[in-house]
Formats: sequence, C-alpha cells, structure tokens
Amino acid sequence: MSAHGSSAQPLARFAVSPARRRRDLFARTAILSATVLALIPLVLIVYYLLRKGLGSWSTSFFTTDPTGNTFFKNSNIGGIKSAILGTLEIVALASAMAIPIGICVAIWLVEYGRNSRFAHTVRFAVDVLTGVPSIVFGLFIYIALVVGTGSTYAGYKGSCALALLMLPVVIRSAEVILLLVPSGLRESALALGAPRWRVIFSIVLPTALPGMLTGVLLAVARAGGETAPLLFTAGATLRTNFNLDQFTNSLPVQIYSDVTSPTTSVEHRAWGAALTLVSIILLLNVIARLASRRSRLG
Amino acid sequence: MMIEGSGPEVTDRERDSRSEVGDRPAETAGGASQSGTPRITPPSLSQPSPPTPNGGGAEQTPGLSIALEQLRAFYGPAEAVRGLDLEFHANQVTAIIGPSGCGKSTMIRCINRMHEEIPGARAEGRVMLEGLDVYDPSVDVVAVRRAIGMVFQKPNPFPTMSIFDNVAAGPRLTSSRRGDLRETVESALRSAGLWEEVADRLDEPGAGLSGGQQQRLCIARSLAVDPDVILMDEPCSALDPIATLKIEELIDQLKRRVTIVIVTHNMQQAARVADRTAFMLDGRLVEVGPTQEIFTTPHDPRTEEYVTGKFG
Repeated sequence: MSAHGSSAQPLARFAVSPARRRRDLFARTAILSATVLALIPLVLIVYYLLRKGLGSWSTSFFTTDPTGNTFFKNSNIGGIKSAILGTLEIVALASAMAIPIGICVAIWLVEYGRNSRFAHTVRFAVDVLTGVPSIVFGLFIYIALVVGTGSTYAGYKGSCALALLMLPVVIRSAEVILLLVPSGLRESALALGAPRWRVIFSIVLPTALPGMLTGVLLAVARAGGETAPLLFTAGATLRTNFNLDQFTNSLPVQIYSDVTSPTTSVEHRAWGAALTLVSIILLLNVIARLASRRSRLG
Repeated sequence: MMIEGSGPEVTDRERDSRSEVGDRPAETAGGASQSGTPRITPPSLSQPSPPTPNGGGAEQTPGLSIALEQLRAFYGPAEAVRGLDLEFHANQVTAIIGPSGCGKSTMIRCINRMHEEIPGARAEGRVMLEGLDVYDPSVDVVAVRRAIGMVFQKPNPFPTMSIFDNVAAGPRLTSSRRGDLRETVESALRSAGLWEEVADRLDEPGAGLSGGQQQRLCIARSLAVDPDVILMDEPCSALDPIATLKIEELIDQLKRRVTIVIVTHNMQQAARVADRTAFMLDGRLVEVGPTQEIFTTPHDPRTEEYVTGKFG
C-alpha cells in the first residue's frame, strides 16, 4: 500500500481490510442460505401440487359432484363441484358475519375506546382469540349449535366457526390500518365542524379502505383453508347444496376424506382439490396485494 | 424543516406530548358536547350580517371578536396555559409569539375546543365568542368549530379527495350546504388565492399539489364553511419562503371577512402580518399590544429580550 509513496497514504485509511471482507462474505452467505432453505419447502409444495394435482384437473372434475363410489378401481368417483361451491358458500356467510362486526370493533377501539380500560380488555381478548387453535372454535360451535340444539351438522354452523376464527384477524388488521390514518386528518375534519361519525365515515374509513381490504381478504383466505372447524360443524356430503341449513361439503373436508381413502384415484382427486384450494387462496392474496398497492397510507 | 427566516426549531414540548397521547379518550374537558344538548348557533350563523367595518364586499360577513378569560389548559396534571386573559379584536390579525413550549398552540386549540380532543386534556376558564362562552355546557362543540376554523401546521388535504371535494368537504360534512356548492368552492378557492392555479384540474387529487398550494387548499377548505374566526397554528412552518409570502398576503386579505389568530415562531412574520401581537411565556401572557409597539417599545423587559433574540 506504500508502493505509491506518501500520496497513497490518505486512501489507505479508507481501504476495506481483508478480514472485514471475509466477515462480510460469510454473513451474506449465511443469510442467503437461510433464505434459500426457507424457500425449499415452498417450492416443493407448489411443485408437487402442480405435478400431482394438474393431472386430475378436467372439466368434469369441476362440474360433477363426488359420487361416493370408491370401492372399485374403475368406478366413476366424480369431481369436486360440491366442495368448491360449499367452500364458497360457507366462507361467504362467515365473511358476512365476521367482517362487519370486526370492522365495527376496530372503529370502536381506535375512535372511541382508545386507551380506556375496557378497550384494553377488548384488545387482550382479541389477542387471546387470535391464539386459539382453530379446532377449538369448531368444538365450541359443535357444543353450542350441534349438540346444544340437539340437531345435526349444517353449513351455517361451519360458517359460524369460521367467523369466530376470522373475527380477531379482521379486528386486529383493521385496527392497525385505522391507527395509520394520520390524526391530522381527523383533527382538520373536526375543526371544520364535522360531527365525529361523519369524520369516521367520510374521512377515516375511505382513507383506510384499501388497507382494510387487504386485512379482510387475508382473513378470508385463512378461513377458506381451514379444515378443523368444519369437520364437525358443516359435516361432509356429496351433493352440491345451496341450503346452508343442511350438510355442506367443503374443499378442506373433501381433501381430508379423500386423502384417507385407500383408492388411488380418490387420492389423486385430493391432489386436484388441494391445487384448487391453493389457487383460490392465491387469487385472494393477489387481490389483497393489489388492494394494498392502492393504499395511500404507505 | 428550517427555512430561511422561519425562526426557532419547531419541536416544542407541547406538540410532542400531544402526539404521544394522541389516541386516548377525548371529551374530557368541561362541557363536552352530549348528543342531547341544544345546539347554540353562534350569532353570525343565525342573524343577517351587518355591513363589514372594513368595507369588504357585500357577501362578506365580518369576523367576531374573541376574549379569553382566565383560561387554563391542562394535559393530565400538567398545566400548559396558566390563567390567560387576552382579547382578539374582530377583523384583526393577532399574532402569538413565544418560545417553544410556552403554550401558544395549546391556547389557540382551546379557542375552538380542539384541545379537548386530546386524551386527558381539559380546559378551564371562559372563551367568549362575541359574548357567548364556547365552553358553556349548552353549547354544541360542533357549532363552535364551524364558526371558528383552523389551519394546521402541516398541510393536510384529505388524501382520498379531489381538490374540489376537499373544499366541498366542509359544507358536505357539516350538512350546511347553502346555495350552489360549485359557487361556494370557487369562491373559497378564489379567497385562498388558489383558483387560478387549480381551476382546470379540480378533479385531481388534492394531495398532488405542492406544499404551499396544499396549505392554501386547507385555507380554502376552512373558508368554505364561512367561519367568523380562523386560527392558524404555525401555518407556514413547513413552507418555503415564496409559499410563505403568498400565505401572508392571503392573511392580509382575509382579515376583511374573518378574525385571525396566528401562532408563529417567526417574528418577522408576526411583524409583517399582525395588527396586534401577544407574547407568551411559560403558559402566561407577558404582553399584548400593537405589533409595532411590541417589537419596538415593549413594556416588559422579557418581551424585549425575546424579540431582540436574547433568548428563546
């Protein structure tokens, strides 16, 4: 470094030492490997889903109900129409219950409850609810609505279980977004002489809408993939059913029962159904991403 | 941000504490509005307007005077304003100067009862709007804020709304639409000196304007509900000198129709725009008088020290 004489001296102070270069390389390699390692299962899942699932996709796969004839190798086992429609119905009803209530709770927490003792209690309860395993919601609805009423499984009972599951996710995500709305906006609207409810409806909610949509869609996507809360609430059935007061089929339950079947063709149907479910949820996630890109809250 | 001639840094304690507690319950101050209380309309909203003293246009209503009587303001146990008696004359610009944390912002936020929006904050004493105590339990806080508009330090147009909708927000949100909304919006934008610049793009988002234009948009927004008083909390501290100059010219025109109270850290600005200037220190009023007098022959030595830059 002194080859060029004293003129090179000032530059030498700024040179990166070989030891630091090695540490940097090591750290970068370690971090990159961890990232690749985490991606491996994801890639494998998608790869297997596509390889095994795409084969069973066909027009009749989506347009016919499962037949239930699974004992013989050559019997027509049918498609998954009832499962797709059932999932859409159950999740739609669950969303119709959980989203309005959840958003109202979030509005109350942010705009009215704020730091009051009751608001803290509500937040704590919501956090606890978030951590409850999904099967517990199923069990609760089973006790309350199936055993409790002395009746049997029904689609709407599955919706109730999923709604309970979605509720904390909707509340928490909506609350976070509402808190992101700058308080200056509320203040200027209040300073114009607007009543608080108009400030919430005309200023706060429109500003928060794209962000809240993201949270809501993620909650819907999560509920759509749940098996446990549906197993003993919505039941399993073969027929497409538009009456949610009866047994209603769903994709996760269909997959569960198909996977446990000894017949190879039925097992293949499980892969096709799994691919369908993942595609639906991926679609919801993409929509959620697009919505959040439109958000003005950064 | 520091701009040429914009005075001391704007990081006073009061604002910091405000943002910290910004999400706790409001409505703690005395006489918070209940839905059942009768709405008292400030005089100018219910009576035909007498002619303006300063010879403004026919449609211009004169501003109202405001008198603070033993005003005290608290953030929880901390007292930010400690018994203030101060009068703001109608159709005049009164500047409030004083070092950071002296209670200037808290004081003007008490005038339109925005102070009580801060959780744990409350105010005592009286704020007389032309003889009507805005803290009287029978007074509707919403009506008070309609009569006393406010422009904040940071320009904050509603991000989801177009330029037009931003200005129309006041009349729409307060359900006080009178006459043609387009006319109201145009006249407010003209009064804020923004019409020429935005007339052909009223449908574009308000957030797309420059900082100075956004602040004038906010002034237009507060003018659209036809207030009698406008409070300005350091309206130029986030603006460049040219935008600042435009706002100052605007203030000079607006005082024909409204009473203006402006908090500023910039003493040159106070000297340029204000008819009267009040100097506050530690939550108390030190001195108030004609601006010329405050800056040249103040009675109190502390005022002299402050305006000559010896402290603050």
